[in-house]
Amino acid sequence: MFSRNRPPIRNPAAENALFKRRAIIAFAGVIVLLFLLISNLYNIQVNSYETYKTQANGNRIKVIPIAPNRGLIYDRNGIVLAENKPNYSLELIPEEIKNLPDTINKIAAILELTADEKDNFLSTVNKQRRFKSITLKSRLTPTEVAQISVYLHALPGVSIEARLRRFYPYGESLTHTLGYVARLNKKDQEKITRDGEDAIYKATRDIGRLGIEKYYQKLLHGLPGYKEIEVNNRGRVVRVLNEVLPIHGEDLYLNLDIRLQEKAYKELAGRRGAVVAVDPNNGAVLAMVSSPSYDPNLFVHGISRDNYKKLLSKDKPLINRATMGTYPPASTIKQLMGLAALEAHVIDEHTTISDPGWYKLPNVERKFRDHLAWGHGVVDIFRAMKKSCDTYFYDVANKLGIDRISEFMDKFGFGHYSGIDIHEEKRAIMPSRQWKRDRHNQPWYAGDTISLGIGQSYWTTTPIQLVDATAIVAASGKRFTPQILGASLGNNGLLQLPANDKPSIVLTNDAHWGIVQKGMHQVVNSPGGTAYRVFKGAKYVSAGKTGTAQLISIAEDEEYDADKINERHRDNAMYVGYAPFDNPQIAITVVVENAGGGGSRAAPLARKIFDVYLNDKPKTKQPEKIVTNIAMAQSDREVKNANE
Amino acid sequence: MQTNNTKVGLAKPEPLSHKVHLDFPLLLGLMALMLVSLVVVYSASGENIAMVKRQALNIFLSFVAMVIAAQFSPTFLRRWAFSFFIVGVGLLVATLLFGHVGKGAQRWIDLGVAKFQPSEAMKLILPIMIAHYITSYSLPAKLKNVSVGALLIAIPVFLIYRQPDLGTSILVASAGVFALFLAGMSWKVISSLFISIIPFSLMMWYFFLHEYQRSRVLTFLNPESDPLGSGYHIIQSKIAIGSGGLEGKGWLNGTQSQLEFLPERHTDFIFSVLSEEFGLIGVIVLLSIYLFVIARCLYIANNAQEPFSKVLSGAITLTFFVYLFVNIGMVSGLLPVVGVPLPLVSYGGTSMITLMSGFGIIMGIHTHRQFNR
Repeated sequence: MFSRNRPPIRNPAAENALFKRRAIIAFAGVIVLLFLLISNLYNIQVNSYETYKTQANGNRIKVIPIAPNRGLIYDRNGIVLAENKPNYSLELIPEEIKNLPDTINKIAAILELTADEKDNFLSTVNKQRRFKSITLKSRLTPTEVAQISVYLHALPGVSIEARLRRFYPYGESLTHTLGYVARLNKKDQEKITRDGEDAIYKATRDIGRLGIEKYYQKLLHGLPGYKEIEVNNRGRVVRVLNEVLPIHGEDLYLNLDIRLQEKAYKELAGRRGAVVAVDPNNGAVLAMVSSPSYDPNLFVHGISRDNYKKLLSKDKPLINRATMGTYPPASTIKQLMGLAALEAHVIDEHTTISDPGWYKLPNVERKFRDHLAWGHGVVDIFRAMKKSCDTYFYDVANKLGIDRISEFMDKFGFGHYSGIDIHEEKRAIMPSRQWKRDRHNQPWYAGDTISLGIGQSYWTTTPIQLVDATAIVAASGKRFTPQILGASLGNNGLLQLPANDKPSIVLTNDAHWGIVQKGMHQVVNSPGGTAYRVFKGAKYVSAGKTGTAQLISIAEDEEYDADKINERHRDNAMYVGYAPFDNPQIAITVVVENAGGGGSRAAPLARKIFDVYLNDKPKTKQPEKIVTNIAMAQSDREVKNANE
Repeated sequence: MQTNNTKVGLAKPEPLSHKVHLDFPLLLGLMALMLVSLVVVYSASGENIAMVKRQALNIFLSFVAMVIAAQFSPTFLRRWAFSFFIVGVGLLVATLLFGHVGKGAQRWIDLGVAKFQPSEAMKLILPIMIAHYITSYSLPAKLKNVSVGALLIAIPVFLIYRQPDLGTSILVASAGVFALFLAGMSWKVISSLFISIIPFSLMMWYFFLHEYQRSRVLTFLNPESDPLGSGYHIIQSKIAIGSGGLEGKGWLNGTQSQLEFLPERHTDFIFSVLSEEFGLIGVIVLLSIYLFVIARCLYIANNAQEPFSKVLSGAITLTFFVYLFVNIGMVSGLLPVVGVPLPLVSYGGTSMITLMSGFGIIMGIHTHRQFNR
C-alpha cells in the first residue's frame, strides 16, 4: 500500500496551488452553509417570531405527578404488617432564603442537627433547582414539630412537610419474608428506565428492596396521578388547572399468621436457624422465619454505616435462611428415602435388616457408623424411621443407587427453586453423577451414595424445600408452589390468589404413602420414637421426622462429643412434621444451627408452633367481596384501562 | 510562494508563540467560544454553579490536551500515523466486543480508572492517516489512491456506526473525506458520488438504519407527527429559538430553557438556549467567532510547508465546521437529530478534549515550520 517508489517528480508549486484552490472552494462552501443557517434562523427568529413567542407563552402549563400511596400489608387474620405513617420533615427552599448558612444556624439552635444531615443538605443544594424544596431533617418528633413551628414565621422558605413513610410494626420477625422499602437509588432508576416505567415512578421516593415488598412492588405501588399547573415565567405555581388522582397500590393479605411468625422468632432468639410452615392443602406459607434478623425500619430512612456494619457480622443476619440457607437434610429425608425404596421395590414394608451398628460395602474397609454404636438390632422400615436407624437407610441407599435416588428426589423439588413468591432463594444441591462430574470433575463413588441414605454427603436443602417435600408426603402426593401472598385488595375488590398446584406425584402403589406416613406417625406417637417425649400430651396427633445434621466428618472410630467441638461445628438440629395426622393443616420444617439433636432441640419448637396454630384459632376477618380468579380479574382491569 | 521560507538568509529570532508552539490569534478565538460556553451552561443548567465549575475543569483539561498536542511536529505524526490507525481500529473492535454499555450504545472501554471512548480518538487519527497516505503520492490524488483512502475511511466509520453512534461516524467519515477532497480528488469522482447518494441512502434506510435512527429521520421530516415522542425535541427547540427573536429574552430569562421545556439543554440543545436568551444578534456573534476560528485555521493550512500538514489541518478545520453545521442544523430543524454537540460550547469534556487536541495539532503544524536561517 505504501509504495516506496513514489513517482520521482513531484511538483510542489502545482500541489500548493491545488490545495489553495481546494481550500478556497471549501471556505466558500463554509460561507454558503453559514449563510444558509443564518437565513433559516432569521426566518425562525424574525419572520416567525410572533408565532413562536405565542407558543412559548403558552408553554406555561406543567404536569406534576402525584405519587400513589403504597398498599398496606396484612397477615391472614387482618393484622397490619406494613403500614404508611406520616413522617414530618423540615424542608427548605433555597431560593426563598437570603442567607442559607445563617438560617441553618438558626434552625440548629432550635433542633439538633447532625453533621450528616447538614452535609447531605448542602450537597443537594448545588444539585437541584433553587426553587425546589430540599429536606434538611426528616423524622421529626412531635416535640420537634412543635418547637420549630413556633419559629416558622421568622424563617421564610422553611416549612414542615408531612409525607407517608413505611413502617413495620412487627420489625425483626418478618424482615426476611416481608422485606422492606428503601429510597430509590441510581441503580433502581436505571432499571426503571430500562423497563420503560419512568412515567409510573415519576413521583415515587421508595421502592421494595426485598421479600414481598420487592416481589409485589408493582401491585403495592399503584399508578401515579398528576396535576396540571400553570407556572409563571420563573417556574412558580400560579394555579392548579386539572387534577387526576393516583390509583393507590393494592393492599396485600398474606397467608402468614403473625402469631406463628412471632412465636417462631421468639423461640429461635439468640440462635441461628429457620422455621417454615405451610398449609399442605394449598401451599399457603403460614410462617417463614429466619434468625438472626434485623429491624427493617432502619432501611426505610436510609441505614447508617455503623448499623449496616453490624449486619455484616458472621451470624449473617442479612441472609434469609428459610430460602437461602443450604443445610444437609440429614435424617429428615429418611421417609422419602424409604418411599423411593418402596417404589423401586428394593424393600417392602416387611423387609428387615440386622443392624450391628455399622454398615460396610463389600470389599471396602471403611465402616459407615450408625448413631447408635451398638446397633438397633433387627429393624424394618417403621422401626428404622422411628429410631432413625442409619444402617437401614445406608442399605436402602446402596440398593437404590445414585441415579434412582436423584431422579426420585428431583420430583420432590430438591435441587430446584421452590417458586415461592420472594426473589431471595437458592436451589441448594441434589447431587447426581452428572452434577459431581460438572462440579468436582470426579466420578460418583458407591460410598457417596451410602451417605445420601441419611441425607449427608453432597446433598443440601433449603428449609423451604424440606417443608415443601414434607407437605407433599402429608398430602399424599399433592404438590403446591409455596405462596406467601393470599389475596390482594384493590379497585376490583378482593382478589383471592388461587392455590398454585403442580402435577401431583403419582406412586405405583398409593399404599406406599400410608407406609411412610405411618413411619412418621410412629416417630411422634410410639414410645421410643425420637420425638415421642416432645409431643406427649399434645391435643392433636402429629407426624414427623427428626434430623441431626453432622457438619464435620468424624473419624470412623471417634466419638462425637459436643463439648469438645467448636460451637460452629456442632450438629444442626432439624425437624420436619405435620399435623393433624388425619387431616393435615400445617407442615413444618425447623432448622436450628449448631444446636445439637433434632429430637431435643428442633422438635419442641415445632410443637409450640402446632400448639398455637391448632389449639387457639383466631377470629378471621373475611373481607366481603371475593373474586376467586385473579387472572380473570386482571384481564378485567386491562379491558378497563384500554377503555379509558 | 509567499511563505516565510523564501526569505533566505534572514536569521529571525524565533517568536514566543513558536517556542511554546501555540498560535495566539487562534487561541483567542477558542477562548472566546469557551467563555460563551461557561455563560450559557450557567443558564442552561438552572444557575448551577457546580456544573459551571465542572465545565471549567473540562475547559482546563482540554487546554492541557491542546498544549500537549501542539508539541508534536507533523513529521512525528506522519511517522506514527499507521501505528495510531491500527491501534485505533483495534480499540474500536475491542469496544464492540467488550465495551461498556452507556445510554444504549457501546462506546466506552472501561479502563478501571476512567472510561475511554476510542471513537473520539478516531476523529483525529483518521485524518492523520488519510492525509499521510494520500500525500505519500503526488497530488492531485489518483483514483486508485482515493479508492484505497475511501476503504481506510470505511473501516473505522463502519465500526463506530455499529456501536451504534451515528453522530460520531458522520464526523469521522467527514474528517477522512475532507482529507481526500483537499488532496485533489477529482471532480468527476465527487459528482458521481453525489449522484450515487440517492440509491445509497435508500439502501441505508432499508438495511442499515436502526429503528431509533429511522424514527429520528421521520420526525425530522414531520416533527408535528409525534409531538410527545421524538418530535418533541425539535418542536420545543424551535419554539425556544423563535421566541428569542432578534435581541433575545436576556440571560437567565429564557422561559423555554428555564422552565425545562427544552430537552438536553446543556448538551446537544445548548444552541437553542443561546438563541432564546441572546436572540439572532447573539447567534450572529457566535457564528462570527466560529468563522474567525475556521478562517484562521484555513490560513494556517494554506501556509503549511508540505502537503501532509496542509491536508491534515484543512481536514480537521472542515470537520470542526461539520460539527457546528450539523448541531445548529439539527436544533433549528434543518437536519435530523443526530447526537452531535455544539463544538466547544456544549457541556461535556470528551468532545471538547478531542476538538482542542485537533486545534493543538493545527497550532503544532503552524509553529513547527522550518525556516531557512
